[in-house]
Amino acid sequence: MPETVSRLVAAAVAGLLATACAARLAAADNLASEQDFGLIERGRYLTTVADCAACHTDPASNDLFAGGRPIETPFGKVVSPNITPDLETGIGTWTDAQFDAAVRQGRDPDGARLYPAMPFPYYARMTAEDVRAIRAYLRTVAPVHHPVESNQLPFPYDIRAGMALWDALYFEPGTFKPDPHKSAQWNRGAYLVRGPGHCGACHTPKSVLGGDEKHQALQGYSIQGWFAPNITNDLALGLGRWSVQDVQTYLKSGHNRFAGASGPMAEEVADSSSRMSDADLQSIAVYLKDQPGEKTSAKPLAASDPQMVAGAAIYSDLCSACHAQDGSGVAYLVPNLSLASSVSSREPTSLLRVVIHGARTVGTPTEPTAPAMPAFGWQLTDAQIAAVTTYVRNSWGHAAPALSASDVHKRRSLDSGG
Amino acid sequence: MARKLPARDVAIVGLGWTGSILANELTDAGLNVVAIERGPWRDTATHYAPNYAQDELRYRIRHELFLRPAQTTFTFRNKHGDTALPIRTWGAFMPPNGVGGGGVHWNAETWRFLPSDFVLRTHLTQRYGAPFLPADMTIQDWGVTYADLEPHYDRFEYLCGTCGTAGNLQGKIQAGGNPFEGPRSRPYPNPAQQQPFGPTLFAKAARELGYQPFPQPSGNMSQPYRNPLGVRLGPCTYCGFCEWFACANYSKASPQTTILPVLMPKRNFQLRDNSEVTRINLDPSGKRATGVTFVDTSGTEWEQPAELVILAAYTIFNVQLMLLSKVGRPYDPQSNQGVVGRNFTHQTISDCTSFFDRSKFVFNPFVSSGAIGMCIDEFNGDNFDHGPHGFVGGGYMGQVQTNGRPIETTPVPPETPKWGAEWKRAVRDNYQSTLKPGTGVHGSMYSYRDVYVDLDPTFRDRLGRPLARITMDFHDNELKQNRFLTDKFAEIFQQAGAQRVVKEYRQGPYDITKYQTTHLCGGAVMGNDPKTSALNRYLQSWDVPNLFVMGATAFPQNAGYNPTGTVGALAYWSAAAIRSQYLKNPGPLVHA
Repeated sequence: MPETVSRLVAAAVAGLLATACAARLAAADNLASEQDFGLIERGRYLTTVADCAACHTDPASNDLFAGGRPIETPFGKVVSPNITPDLETGIGTWTDAQFDAAVRQGRDPDGARLYPAMPFPYYARMTAEDVRAIRAYLRTVAPVHHPVESNQLPFPYDIRAGMALWDALYFEPGTFKPDPHKSAQWNRGAYLVRGPGHCGACHTPKSVLGGDEKHQALQGYSIQGWFAPNITNDLALGLGRWSVQDVQTYLKSGHNRFAGASGPMAEEVADSSSRMSDADLQSIAVYLKDQPGEKTSAKPLAASDPQMVAGAAIYSDLCSACHAQDGSGVAYLVPNLSLASSVSSREPTSLLRVVIHGARTVGTPTEPTAPAMPAFGWQLTDAQIAAVTTYVRNSWGHAAPALSASDVHKRRSLDSGG
Repeated sequence: MARKLPARDVAIVGLGWTGSILANELTDAGLNVVAIERGPWRDTATHYAPNYAQDELRYRIRHELFLRPAQTTFTFRNKHGDTALPIRTWGAFMPPNGVGGGGVHWNAETWRFLPSDFVLRTHLTQRYGAPFLPADMTIQDWGVTYADLEPHYDRFEYLCGTCGTAGNLQGKIQAGGNPFEGPRSRPYPNPAQQQPFGPTLFAKAARELGYQPFPQPSGNMSQPYRNPLGVRLGPCTYCGFCEWFACANYSKASPQTTILPVLMPKRNFQLRDNSEVTRINLDPSGKRATGVTFVDTSGTEWEQPAELVILAAYTIFNVQLMLLSKVGRPYDPQSNQGVVGRNFTHQTISDCTSFFDRSKFVFNPFVSSGAIGMCIDEFNGDNFDHGPHGFVGGGYMGQVQTNGRPIETTPVPPETPKWGAEWKRAVRDNYQSTLKPGTGVHGSMYSYRDVYVDLDPTFRDRLGRPLARITMDFHDNELKQNRFLTDKFAEIFQQAGAQRVVKEYRQGPYDITKYQTTHLCGGAVMGNDPKTSALNRYLQSWDVPNLFVMGATAFPQNAGYNPTGTVGALAYWSAAAIRSQYLKNPGPLVHA
């Protein structure tokens, strides 16, 4: 087995380093058995649920968990560390307790605070057993010698001490407490969403310091140039018109009769939720469908509004061949715009992005087609895109603020790095 | 000296319909497959998006999706003894290029051949006697029967989501379908498309004349469809931009819309696009392929070793590669010996333009799809007694009006000036009230001793390889056939109430500048006798058993149908033989 050989080589190299060697010996006492198949297998599954690979694997590399992927945050770039068992550059010398502290308390082995690009405020909800299982699995992956400088934030965010204040404001330690008034399925869903699944990391609005606005949990947030939509049961803006089965199918296949996953959600589906058990996905769906939505009473723009008139003409000309005149699309192939909450979300980030640049949906084993929306940014002016998106945002039951040419211009500038 | 790549189990030349089918089947069998495609990668939303796909000037007039003759072409002559010259702009047929191949720009007319088509010489000889056939006609049986292919037709149709009305279900004739078709094991996967006014009127007239019209089997979706691989197609929007175009709406069956989403992510599959295979490499015995050599766009030559080589390029390129690689004995028309280049065929197409009273008839010809229309099959194959007529063969005919696109759809009475105000007025007056099928009479072309492909002695491509030379002309049998069919066709439009029907017979000599269809067939045909076929009944080379040749290349003669359904069925048939027989015991599957 090449992996075994490489581990031996890595161990031999590390053996020359007295301190590392001592750390490994000290760690040996409290390690789970490397033959505990059940624990390792559970850890592998939870690692998929927690989607560790998404950040800790460089997409350009074949080295699973070797880190090096830059994570864009509003404060600058954080590069994911190497979490393979490499003794020098990975986490091979960590004790299980040190691993647990990193995952659930955001502390590295020397006590320094981690940046919340690592979603430890969510992982804190996980049980100690689950974290131990993840650790047991991560010990079995091939060690990769790959030094990573994680902290590439600009001043003053590069001062980790600042995280003390952040933790005080936003970090609530403590494992998930089941709600005795809810079903076991609901509680499993809540655990997955609030714990390892860390859905709120993208879907919950953030404060200026990047902490969760807890009273708006899962109500949608713009991140990485996309809008992670409201995934509460909100009728207008969230999952209100989706059934539990619709949510489950979407997470499993990346598609359902209304919508298809693209952007960062496509990655999440491919790497994580498409590989989760049906029972867990159903639990997540049950929990999300029980989350209260926003209170909105927006009224759609009048059809006679000049922007709506122009938008309707553009829609008829360019969009209706696929999405149909009534926005209903084609199930599993072309999103149903009349039921797509990302269309009318308060921030039009995804809508504009998709119209300007196009987007490819995810292909999964159950839904391999991976249909794509073509780009229209080369063809339509800012004002035309504003008109057609305003039309879509105020048709078929949607009601959302009109967009202006300058909104479109701003989106284009942001996307081109300007 | 070519750079050598790591060996693969299978090298496939060309990633169109047959390359995609074979790649998917053989990767499913666990083999490590590379497909080498001369043209570029193509994908719906990025290469033919709906906001520019319907551009008649770019795609139809300027041939956007096709091979550029500057890259490589063929030479053509009508007769042995003439000097062949290179084709510098495509006319009679349109060689595909790029991922998806002809499957990207076809109309998606998805037919099965008649059971008698596969045993043609035996059937015609039994019915009419050998002397009824012209002496120089070289038609022959295929070595496979309709019954052999039925399950594979079925697979291809369910892959494509073919829309149609069955005419023969397990031997029971069905109302509304083609009563002449061979028995099918189950109905089409989707109902036929809704018919516009023109085809509906044609069908009514055909019924009045005693014929049994039916909807053309179509790969343009009548409804959303999910194929057995899990890939989805959307409903056709009847935009009328199918043939010569790629479908922007995921509505036309193509490798992109049916197979590639499953094939491309496979870890045991690799695609090399923009790479042109220049030869099949043989070991010193000449009896075994060791792989292929290709060049990339920078001119670098690469050797791709492989255990199994599949030729899946366009008909004539398969033949050219065999000739260049010295696989099989080249055909010599003088001695009538040899097989590679033999029995090369095309199609015999004609049309009628039917002018109706514009105060009463509005056809809206732009409401259409590539395979929409009503057809009759009474005059196809041997569905009628040829005895009194003195020819063999036939074709389907139908009001299959594939488009009303503005540049080409300008039907005017023949005496109209070719330009100017009067022409414009005539176009305006007749556009809505004229029926002009895309393919009206779709006749067979049978094979002859003096119609063939060989290597041109003079003209070479940019890499120094001799061009393939086509020697082809119409024979009296086909011209008689066409006259008979075109007259029958015109009668139906007259019955439909046309004020004037202008017949456009196919006439000789064969004209390489006039578009007929892209259905070039033959050149390395299948059969039971290595003296008259290059391939055995499984599409395996008689001479190089680890070489299989896909496509219409294997047709011993062309039937009166569009070939793609049969091309797809043969690909599945061959893939099944490779999987169930060849891989267990690599070597000849038929011992002659």
